[in-house]
Amino acid sequence: MREKEGENMKIDIKDVEHVALLSRLNLTEDEKQEQSEQLNKILDAMEVLNKVDTSGVEPLAHVLPIKNVLRADKVGETLPKEKALQNAPEEEDGMFRVPKIV
Amino acid sequence: MDFYNLTIHEVKDLLDKKEISAVDLTNKQLDRIERVEDNVKAFVTITKEEALKRAKEIDAKLAKDEKIGALAGIPMALKDNMCTDGIKTTCSSKILHNFVPPYNATVTEKLIKEDTILLGKLNMDEFAMGSSTENSGFFPTKNPWDLNCVPGGSSGGSAAAVAAGEAFFTLGSDTGGSIRQPAAFCGVVGLKPTYGAVSRFGLIAFASSLDQIGPFTKDVTDCALVMNAISGYDRKDSTSANVEYPDYTKYLENDVKGMKIGIPKEYFGEGIDKDVEAKIKEAISKLEELGAVVEECSLPHTEYALSTYYIIAPAECSSNLSRYDGVRYGLRHDANNLVEMFSETRKEGFGDEVKRRIMLGTYALSSGYYDAYYLKALKVRSLIKSDFDKAFEKYDCLLTPTTPSVSFEFGAKKDPLSMYKQDICTIPVNLAGVPALSMPFGLADNKPVGLQLIGKAFGEGTLLKVAYTLEQNTDQTLIRPNVQEVK
Repeated sequence: MREKEGENMKIDIKDVEHVALLSRLNLTEDEKQEQSEQLNKILDAMEVLNKVDTSGVEPLAHVLPIKNVLRADKVGETLPKEKALQNAPEEEDGMFRVPKIV
Repeated sequence: MDFYNLTIHEVKDLLDKKEISAVDLTNKQLDRIERVEDNVKAFVTITKEEALKRAKEIDAKLAKDEKIGALAGIPMALKDNMCTDGIKTTCSSKILHNFVPPYNATVTEKLIKEDTILLGKLNMDEFAMGSSTENSGFFPTKNPWDLNCVPGGSSGGSAAAVAAGEAFFTLGSDTGGSIRQPAAFCGVVGLKPTYGAVSRFGLIAFASSLDQIGPFTKDVTDCALVMNAISGYDRKDSTSANVEYPDYTKYLENDVKGMKIGIPKEYFGEGIDKDVEAKIKEAISKLEELGAVVEECSLPHTEYALSTYYIIAPAECSSNLSRYDGVRYGLRHDANNLVEMFSETRKEGFGDEVKRRIMLGTYALSSGYYDAYYLKALKVRSLIKSDFDKAFEKYDCLLTPTTPSVSFEFGAKKDPLSMYKQDICTIPVNLAGVPALSMPFGLADNKPVGLQLIGKAFGEGTLLKVAYTLEQNTDQTLIRPNVQEVK
């Protein structure tokens, strides 16, 4: 993909296909067209952020001043295996069965 | 007596005096649901048997004068993105159409401990993405005030159920306004607590740095009662705030003398419906009459909030929704290989708006675009938060309209951007993580107008006090719709 910084960006069908692949979403040809149009409109609307001077501003990913919430490495309550498997679309020998990877 | 129009505190009184039993009350609520639900369509799942079973247990406790919870016997319902052990939880999405959680959300556990009665799970915009509940993967919920109009979203079912008297209170979740906006549209009280005040453990995540659970109630007193039940530090939620939580009912005082209320000018004027603004100005006059000091102020980065949100929220959602892959739960579309299975499952299981936001988020986070979009948005978020921090140095709370207009007809906002703009008054609050409450204040075009009060972090008490005072001194806040009965 192109390297860009704050310029007027346009998403074409190729970009849509790439993003769909990254998100593991199969789209129909119509959906690709529609997504391309709508994403462009939305991204155009987001361009307004380029007007804001953010030099020297720290990014705020999280509003509370909490960091590194840890606990003692002690075994506590755990979800029983049968419960964890209860929604499995396909189960075998206590494992989630899926199609082959390749 | 129309039991369904009573508040929690009124009905609690009857239960305490043994003038009604929990079973009777539950039956009356289930009857009410039966009479109006085909018109309102607030519920995805109604748990009739479980509710009556629970009610019997609570009556037994009451008979033995056993220690009971503060909300004992009160029938309520939960938005369908809160896990309920053994009860289907769908997020109103096809991809979770058959998901039965193996555990309870913390809020569910807390409400069980308080001996409340779960009536069922409520409809929503799919994965909490939307402002009208039209994006539900199953069916739309209707506004009890006008069945041709939307209840708002994404907690449309939660708001409509309280407005229509189908539950004494409900819980919803708010990421960009999803409690406050439907509360405004349906004429009920809705509170988005401070980020971290209510545990997100068991809340199916949309945007982890923005989501918060909160109550829908008929009045402010009820709101305080429910907040007492659901707030608090939770070890299971690593974003839970480990602070002291008050008894929120102690803030229910009829007194705003000397309180300083800021009116951010960016929330008025262009983009806000004239009739909505007029009602809000009426409320402002009332507060001044009651002794509050009201002053115009500014939150200068407000105009950037929508864009900031629509980069951050989709970015976080694209990560949170990657777990829906057909492997461990939910819908699975069979395929020859794993990647095909993921892609076909998600194609089939997600609705258009969800796909749109996943795509937007993935794009904003992808290599080459991360700095320009996501990082930039996080920096603007900092500025938006400091606008609020500065304002709260001077003001006890801020007052704005909750929404730019009253409820609109189904299909009126087909363009995604026009739907996103429904949240211009609510979104900045989530970005800053501060609490905000919406309360009804009269009608415009025969539909409820919502008034929003915004407080500083952990300042819910101030919001309750101002809201309670307004409620006690005007007849504009206890409005109820006339819902057409089906039977």
